[in-house]
Parts: sequence; C-alpha cells; structure tokens
Amino acid sequence: MTQYPLSGLLAGLLLVLSTPVPVAAADRADDVARWDLLHDMYFKDRPVEEAGGRIRIEAPARAYDAALVPVRVEVEPSLRLKTLSLLVDKNPVPLAATVRFGPASAGSGIETRLRVNEYTNVRALGETQDGRLLMAEAYVKAAGGCSAPAVKDPQEALARLGRIKVKLPDTLAPGSPATVQVMISHPNSSGLQFDQVSRTYIPAHYIQSITIRSGGQLVLEAETDISISEDPNLRFSVVPIEGGSLEVVAHDTKGASFARTVPLTAGAGADGPAL
Amino acid sequence: MGIRLSRAAATAALCLLAVAVPASAEPLAVTEIAPGIFVHQGTIAEPAADNRGDTANMGFIVGDDGVAVVDSGGTPELGRRLREAIAARTGKRPVIVINTHMHPDHVFGNAAFADVPIAGHATLRDALAARQDVYRQRLTEELGAEAAGGIAPVRVDRPVAEEVRIDLGNRIIVLTAHPTAHTNNDLTVFDRKTGTLFAGDLLFIDHLPVVDGNALGWLRVIDGLERMPAMRAVPGHGPAVVDWPSALDAERRYLTVLVDGVRRVLKAGGGIQDAVARVAEGEQDRWLLFDAYNPRNVTATFAALEWE
Repeated sequence: MTQYPLSGLLAGLLLVLSTPVPVAAADRADDVARWDLLHDMYFKDRPVEEAGGRIRIEAPARAYDAALVPVRVEVEPSLRLKTLSLLVDKNPVPLAATVRFGPASAGSGIETRLRVNEYTNVRALGETQDGRLLMAEAYVKAAGGCSAPAVKDPQEALARLGRIKVKLPDTLAPGSPATVQVMISHPNSSGLQFDQVSRTYIPAHYIQSITIRSGGQLVLEAETDISISEDPNLRFSVVPIEGGSLEVVAHDTKGASFARTVPLTAGAGADGPAL
Repeated sequence: MGIRLSRAAATAALCLLAVAVPASAEPLAVTEIAPGIFVHQGTIAEPAADNRGDTANMGFIVGDDGVAVVDSGGTPELGRRLREAIAARTGKRPVIVINTHMHPDHVFGNAAFADVPIAGHATLRDALAARQDVYRQRLTEELGAEAAGGIAPVRVDRPVAEEVRIDLGNRIIVLTAHPTAHTNNDLTVFDRKTGTLFAGDLLFIDHLPVVDGNALGWLRVIDGLERMPAMRAVPGHGPAVVDWPSALDAERRYLTVLVDGVRRVLKAGGGIQDAVARVAEGEQDRWLLFDAYNPRNVTATFAALEWE
C-alpha cells in the first residue's frame, strides 16, 4: 500500500464504486472519521501502514463478556518492534496500552483482555525500530464493557487485590523464546461504573504501568489504562537466560506498587502476594 | 413529538371511554403447586418484545396474616399483574417481597410493591446498585422505554446475612442467604408447612444455568441445598414445580463439566478463546439458550479458575 499508494487508492475507489451502498455505510463512515480523529490524537501526522500479515490481531467477532474481551496480537519477530499500542476506537479512553519492548523480549507479540464499550474496531499499532507505524485491526461487537460491574464477588476481589501470578511453560531452555503469562489481581476500576444507591461513580483506580525484566534486562514496559479489563493479564514472550529470574513491577493510580520475582525455571509457575 | 403527544391524547381518551373498568393490570396466570403456594411460570427465553420480559418464574406464599411474594418479575407491569393475581386468588395483602437475587428479570416488578418491605441477601443492595443502570438500559433496548419506565430505586429493607424466619400467620418461611454461586447474593425461601423450596436461580431447569458468580461455589452450594428437607422446588427458570432433590442433577452435571473443561484448558496452557471453543460442547443439545450463555459461563469460569 505504501509502495504503491496510488494503485491502492484506485483499488479502494473501484471497490467503493463497484459495491452497492451497504446499509452500514453510515456506520463505516463514522468508523473512518473516528479513526482519523484518533490517528491525529495519538500519532499526529505520522503515516500509518497496513501491517499486511506481519502483525495480526485476533479477537472474538462478538464478545462473550464485554468487560473481558481476549485479544491476541501476533507479531513477526523479525520486525523487532520498538513499541506496540492497542486501541479500542470507540472506548471513552481509546488507548488501552502501549508496550515498549526491551532486549529480553522475543518480540512475538502480546495477549491481553480488553473492555469494549460499543461495536468498534480494535487496533494494534506496531512501531518499528526505524519509526514506521504498522497497523492491524479487528472488528468487535460488544457493548457496555467500560461501565459494566464486572466484579462478581467484590469481597473476594478485595481479598485478592495485589496478588500477582506468573505462569511459566512446562519446558524452558535458556536462549529459546518462551511464552509467559502475568496476572495482577486488581479491580482496574474505570471510573465509569455508576452506583445507584450512592448516586456516584466509583472512582477510577487502575494499573497504569507494568514492567517486566528477565535477568535484569527489560522484557517490556507497558503503560496501561481503563480499557484493560479487571485483573490485568498479559501474555508475552521472553528469551530466558541461564539462572535468570523474571521480575514484575506494577503501579496503580493510587500510588500503590505491586511486585513479584520468580525464578525462570520450568514449571507451572508461581503465585503469591505482592511484596 | 407532536405525533407522540396526539397518540398519548388518544390513549387518554380511550381510557376515559373505558372508565367503567378500573385502570388495573390483567392478573398473571398462576398455578397452586401446593396448598397456599402459587407460581407463575415464565417463558424460557431472553427478554424480548414477544414475551414482554416475562422470562422468570415468580410466586407467592399465603399465610393467615398476609402474603409473601417471591420475586416480582422483569418489568413494573409484570409486578402489577402479579399483585393483581395475589388480590384475585387470596384477597390478602402482600406483607413482604423477597428477591432471590439481583437479576432484573426477578426484581424489576418491585415497582408494584412500593408500600411493601423488601427482603434480600445482605449483599443484594450493593450488587444491584452497581448494576441497575446497566440493567435498565438493557431492558430499554429489549422492550422499549415504556416497558422500562418506572423502575423502582434499589431498596432492601430486610437484609438477610444468614437465615431469617418470617411468620406469615400459621405459616413460617425460612429465608437463607448463600455464599457466591449463581450470583454473590442468592437467597432461597423454604416453606416448612408444605416442604416447598423456592430455589431462585440456584436451580435452573431446561434453561442453561448462568454463571454470574462462581461455578465452583455454586457446586458447593448445591451440595448443601441437596440436604434441605424439601419435597419439591420452584426453579428460577423452568417448570413451575419440580421434584427435590433430583431436579439438581442436570445443573450439577453441567457445572461439573464446565469446571473440569476449563481446568483442562488451563492445564494445557490454553487461553479463553480455546476454552470457549471447546468446553461443555457436549451439553449443547441438553439445554435451551446454550449458545447465548455457555461462552459467557466459560469466560467467567476461566477468569475465576486461573487464580487457582
């Protein structure tokens, strides 16, 4: 598309001209306008290219639970992305997360869970080392995810707050990429959940940064916002080093820190309260 | 706006013409399933225009001094029609409205009982307060603004932390609050006189059980419920009355399959999407509304069990 911008544009035009006007045309125009706005807001005048398979985003076409929509972004590791941003176009705070990858990352992408407030595009934007922006998108039908009172058992959630669980694969070899999952127990309150009795909104209280290091080297540093579901959950790939450990540090908007370090050795993972 | 106004005016004129009949709702159809115990059976479906939100069972228990209402239906209108049925069948007044849990198809009829105290689980008030706005919006989408109009503010006058007995006059009913299962505010009502248990949504028949609480907790609650000395039960969804405790079997089987299936996916390192695609698929033909609720049940159960 960038290499042949004109032919891409022509092809697009032809497609538009040869297709009967769909019922959802107005919605689609709205989607385009929304993205134009977000593009300007977050990336200014930097051009954005279609990733064309080098970045793939996978999300359910219709969400089972709008407050907990699993999203997987697969990245061609040879891209060696500098950052990866996740956006939910129609959410009140569209930028869900920006992940900056470090030298200990295996660069094959991330998986997390999002709140989705209305039918919307969900986008993954990768920034290459030389500053190009590559984008992949998926359309998700869901509604009410930001205002939904997702916490099913507030007492249990409170008792668990701050617990960090790290899941490691059954086999781990130094030097070969491994997928790791980090879970942080936190309500991640969006500030949009309304309490009918007190007639007030439950104040926003969410994890705003997660830093992961392996053997002292940065795997990733994520800035996160209210579009991330409660109990923030990240899957990513890491290149383990001999005798290394994995360190997780998270901060929330009330200034609390949560941390946990586990040895990077094969097994079912580790679990425990924040230090 | 002009059209709406003139239609309203026309409706008002029609009402004036029909003034010989008092402006009351048509009584709901109810069945006396045991002496002094009446049940209205809701449709097994999601609330929609064709069922007018009548998708949950509700009932009432008649004592010498008054009537206990168990769940009030999915709209203010259904509550009014239930109240008409109580008047028509008993001639006695409702003295307590019991909400078995927070879901809108069981509580939005409360609007018709503004003069009657409401009993519920000790956590019902907070749980419903956090959700009522979302529930009201959803009902407006499903049935229109008129049907969703006049929903009563959240009110729980008699919170039940463990167990409360209410004497209706020569008839004692026992309200029991349960730990998190279908929701975090499930309450059952047991009539000792006839051995009838109003199980609320702790008991689903035919309608796929919906996990808006904790599937493992629900299985534990079922183990406790099973020992209640009941002869029969009224499920929250399904027939008006079923045998006890054999009615628990299908629900227990589904929840067990759900928990075991999610645990297997977790053990194999799979994600939510993998679980949704596979877990409990063998149950599909055994329930109504499977496709509407199984993916959500799997998602909720996955998010809970991954902390095990």
